Amino acid sequence: MKPSKFRYTAPSMVAEALDFLNEYGSDAKILAGGQSLVPMLNLRLARPKILVDINRVEELSFIRVEGDTLVIGALTRHAELEKSEIVKQNCPLLSEAAALIGSRAVRTRGTIGGSLAHCDPAAELPCVLHALGAEALVVSKQGERTISMDEFFITYFTTALRPDELIREIRVPVFTKRMGHAITEVWRRYGDFALVNVAAWIKTDSDEKVVGAGIALGGVGGSPHKAKAADLLVGKRPDEKAIKETAEAVADEISPESDNIASSDYRRHLAKVLTRRALTLAAARIRG
Amino acid sequence: MVDTGACYESKRIRVTVNGVTYERDVDVRLLLSDFIRQELGLTGTHVGCEEGVCGACSVILDGKLVRSCLMFAVQADGCQITTVEGIAQGPDNLHPIQEALIENHGVQCGFCTPGVVVSMYSFLKENPEPSEEEIREALAGNICRCTGYAGIVRAVKSASRKAR
Repeated sequence: MKPSKFRYTAPSMVAEALDFLNEYGSDAKILAGGQSLVPMLNLRLARPKILVDINRVEELSFIRVEGDTLVIGALTRHAELEKSEIVKQNCPLLSEAAALIGSRAVRTRGTIGGSLAHCDPAAELPCVLHALGAEALVVSKQGERTISMDEFFITYFTTALRPDELIREIRVPVFTKRMGHAITEVWRRYGDFALVNVAAWIKTDSDEKVVGAGIALGGVGGSPHKAKAADLLVGKRPDEKAIKETAEAVADEISPESDNIASSDYRRHLAKVLTRRALTLAAARIRG
Repeated sequence: MVDTGACYESKRIRVTVNGVTYERDVDVRLLLSDFIRQELGLTGTHVGCEEGVCGACSVILDGKLVRSCLMFAVQADGCQITTVEGIAQGPDNLHPIQEALIENHGVQCGFCTPGVVVSMYSFLKENPEPSEEEIREALAGNICRCTGYAGIVRAVKSASRKAR
């Protein structure tokens, strides 16, 4: 047996899962898609006493639009985000990002809630959700609360979630007219976590001047970084000059760490280049 | 209070693999890959990295491609599984993907081959007329360290044409 010993339960309702989390706290670990957790169990980097498998909790698996919000159940698989017409129409950045995750087999199982809760600093979905200003609705026996992405990410593999809390759904503002988007990445091998990834969107008015923009970067720190420099675009046309200045300002506001894969300088360079490419593509995709 | 009886260390499960139904008592930490190999003796499913990278352990679970080293056997309770042993009609009647791998020199040491066969079987069902780029993207989930992929890509192209 590869993982260390644990006890296992597979509730069929959120309320039952919350009972277990409430009872066992940090001794319990939620098993969603398992594409990050099971390798950690196999390597014994994680040794929970209780595994709460939520794969049979059907109420956590849905995609729907409520007014101007796209609401996605935490157990929604990456492959579902990738293929869903609702997601393509209402938040194309999210379906494009989902298609970049791991391999087909990983996307079959991996979930949006799991990706957020795991909080890998280079994962696509946390980066995209941060850029879009999404919120997570989390539940516990004590009730529910909404956590914005600004508050959600703490550092490497660490979030604002308490041990007794479960993500129920992710709420993302739907795309409106005159918005363009892009996600750009550099990886060593297709399907790997990116060295750096950049998710961006731009919204313009009828004069083609930017009225809002969001840029988030993965792989440049302990958690996805939301770039303040996105505001530099506001009031300008998203032309080559404005995009170049913004990309340089984005690179100036991060201080990535060096590791055995890439140096800090190289990651900062990638951040600049990938931001420029993402904004250029986003600007070109703006449609009335 | 939580009913701790609902929390267990082993469980009796029932799975259908390649059309045969099996019932076994399993430790909850037994990986699906180890269950298939050790409990059922179906050693076509290979175990490479055991951390979800190499794709050698790919199987089809309820119609969807999964890495069997990233699931526990207990999670497959009630499910239908197809392993590489279930792809061919018989030893003398290989699936077009298997035939094409032979014809196009897509096999060298053979370790990754079962994963490649299962994964491409599932891929071609979903996308029967893939472009070469799509084939290469789909194959990225299966690591081969011998052939350099050219033969495998040719084989998948040829199999997709045959299937049409």
